[in-house]
Amino acid sequence: MDQYIPLNDLPIGRKARVKLLSPGSESRRRLLDLGLVSDTEVEALQKSPSGDPTAYQIRGTVIALRSEDAADIIVEAI
Amino acid sequence: MGLTSQSTGAGVLESELKINRLNQSDKLIALAGNPNVGKSTVFNSLTGMNQHTGNWPGKTVTNAQGRYRHKDKDFSLMDLPGTYSLSANSVEEEIARDFICFGNPDATVIVTDATCLERNLFLVLHTLEITDRIVLCVNLLDEAKRKKIHIDLEELSRQLGIPVIGTSARSGKGLDELMDAVYKAAEAAKVPSTDEKKLQEPLKVRYDDEIEQAIAVLEPYVSGILKDHLDSRWVSLKLIDGDDSLLNSLQKYLDFDLLSDPVLTQKLEESKSLLNDAGLDPEQFRDKVAAKIVSYAEKICSKAVTIESNSYHDMDRKIDRILTSKTFGIPIMIGLLGLVFWITITGANYPSQMLASFLFDIQDHLTAFFTQLGTPPWVHGILVLGVYRTLAWVISVMLPPMAIFFPLFTLLEDLGYLPRVAFNLDNFFKKSCAHGKQALTMCMGFGCNAAGIIGCRIINSPRERLIAMITNNFVPCNGRFPTLIAIITMFFAGVFTGPAKSVVSAALLTAVIVLGVIMTLIISKILSKTILKGLPSSFALELPPYRMPQIGKVIVRSVFDRTLFVLGRAVVVAAPVGLVIWLLANIYVGDVSLLTQCAMFLDPFARLIGLDGYILMAFILGFPANEIVVPIIIMSYMAAGSMLEMDSLSQLRELLLSHDWTWLTAVCVMLFSLMHWPCGTTCLTIRKESQSWKWTLAAFLIPTVTGITVCFIVANTARLLGLV
Repeated sequence: MDQYIPLNDLPIGRKARVKLLSPGSESRRRLLDLGLVSDTEVEALQKSPSGDPTAYQIRGTVIALRSEDAADIIVEAI
Repeated sequence: MGLTSQSTGAGVLESELKINRLNQSDKLIALAGNPNVGKSTVFNSLTGMNQHTGNWPGKTVTNAQGRYRHKDKDFSLMDLPGTYSLSANSVEEEIARDFICFGNPDATVIVTDATCLERNLFLVLHTLEITDRIVLCVNLLDEAKRKKIHIDLEELSRQLGIPVIGTSARSGKGLDELMDAVYKAAEAAKVPSTDEKKLQEPLKVRYDDEIEQAIAVLEPYVSGILKDHLDSRWVSLKLIDGDDSLLNSLQKYLDFDLLSDPVLTQKLEESKSLLNDAGLDPEQFRDKVAAKIVSYAEKICSKAVTIESNSYHDMDRKIDRILTSKTFGIPIMIGLLGLVFWITITGANYPSQMLASFLFDIQDHLTAFFTQLGTPPWVHGILVLGVYRTLAWVISVMLPPMAIFFPLFTLLEDLGYLPRVAFNLDNFFKKSCAHGKQALTMCMGFGCNAAGIIGCRIINSPRERLIAMITNNFVPCNGRFPTLIAIITMFFAGVFTGPAKSVVSAALLTAVIVLGVIMTLIISKILSKTILKGLPSSFALELPPYRMPQIGKVIVRSVFDRTLFVLGRAVVVAAPVGLVIWLLANIYVGDVSLLTQCAMFLDPFARLIGLDGYILMAFILGFPANEIVVPIIIMSYMAAGSMLEMDSLSQLRELLLSHDWTWLTAVCVMLFSLMHWPCGTTCLTIRKESQSWKWTLAAFLIPTVTGITVCFIVANTARLLGLV
């Protein structure tokens, strides 16, 4: 499957592989520190009660990201 | 909520990075690690210090320092803030990095979480770039075992080239071995490893060729400047990365101004153009560096970690689906808060009465004693009616609720529920252009606003941090809880009897807290649109695994560490204020006491906002500590007339009613208690954390003006509608 989407569009329960962190985004360094580099597998776990942020499974830990920040992460759904 | 004896009292002010051994001959050990890996538990177990550990990221916001003795040596242990890396994205990371780089520790212990070792290894690999003297502590082995994750510690040690010790700090397993390893590492630091060939070299990450070439251009020259102060390879890497904060720290601690060196600047340009030629812009460079570290961590884990089943966190996900669900997430949150209050109020009721009658019994004996001694009436007045009575009130009213509330709240905290609160509430904060972690700093504020202010360090954006600091006071701290509980019980729940009474009290108290949260959001929004304009910054919040709290330890810790400490502070403040009040009430100018004169002066304004002069006076005199507001009110009323035995809330109610209190007065006192200036300690902490008197003033005025406005509107609307 060759479908690149921003992470915030990844449906709950689906997994994806990180392809690119948008250049120039403020959260880049922080995301890198969490191990969100190319080819990292992420899974959308669940949304907060009001629909945002969303919790993602990243390298064995659960990290919540706001949709604006998740939009900077381009993934390939798997 | 990070309420330690350090962060609740004057220790709050001692939050700067202190690089010193507690004793000159001590070995200095740094304790680093990701947030939420049980680092503080390790620290406590080693030093025996009761630093509280909470199950949420960013708990250790100040540097805790402790000592322990192992074999023939003393060790000073410095608990650094939990960080994911040392790239100085935040104040905490900067503190951790500066300590490891410039604090000259004899060894650094990195505590890691066995259940997600891979992510934890990034920090280990980062730190290995700075120093070789690392002992790796793989903590939470018990939890890993439960989750069927097996770690081959020997293999890990072989891969990393450093000593690796497995621990389960909560049950104390492996700590002796850890101390042994630290002992050896610190010894080796003294004797360079030339005479004793090390078994293996600590692992150093090797980057891709183009990056290694760029480093090679710079490193020899950097090495010439830095000598042995710091690892030149790492500093070169950071120079290429453009890490300004490291440059600042180099200047601050070692007085090296690297960029003013023309040769270095030229070499740096050379390095950068090499990278540029290789097609790497600064971001790609950073990506590559990060990716390399990740790939090392992956590789090491693939050899040292065996995960039997991937379903080990299914249970956590199931709980999360309920606790943060669309339908139940927020109701459960409010319900839990209400439940905690209900248990607190119900449980505290009886012991409070017993304590009060016991302590006022003693007062009678004291009075008899003084009468027998034949001391002048003023001695009895100052010591018994002033100091002792205030203390008795503070203790009987504050101690029971605190002794119940703190352990309960700590249980929720240790379970790992608080990050879920932040997760649930984040969207509201986003709409206020603020940070979701502000919910965590608010939770810290429940214990002590000053601790909450320091906790704001977990928010990286300076704008959002200021917002969180200015609005933290809208969460009532433990000094204000008893006031709220007492007034609710006297005036609103009093009409109910039996179990309904405490349910109503708890519901009302919850409503007050929810109002505080709503005010926080409104004021945050207003600040974001006016003096602190800006858009919400990025947000990444870890939701750690749920953990079974150790109930016994929680109770012991929260009673001894929090309750008694906070109570102690209240007593220390209340005693002198009791004395001052008694004097004010008993020194007469003409026919009127000083206290009454002050109160009369304040009265017209106070009445406008639904209070009276004595109440406003009490809030002003309560500036050193909020705990003493109600005692001051009582004392002023009693001094101003009818003497009463104050050994129950119903008698207190009579006293207040005799001074024209209505339900509206009660409402306004609660509102004003929720929204007025922060206490003295909190103000000083804001000054310290914001480095600005201007923002301290803002943090003083904003809640005050809000409180006055709200009370004014409520009081006058009620009066206009003829409700009173």
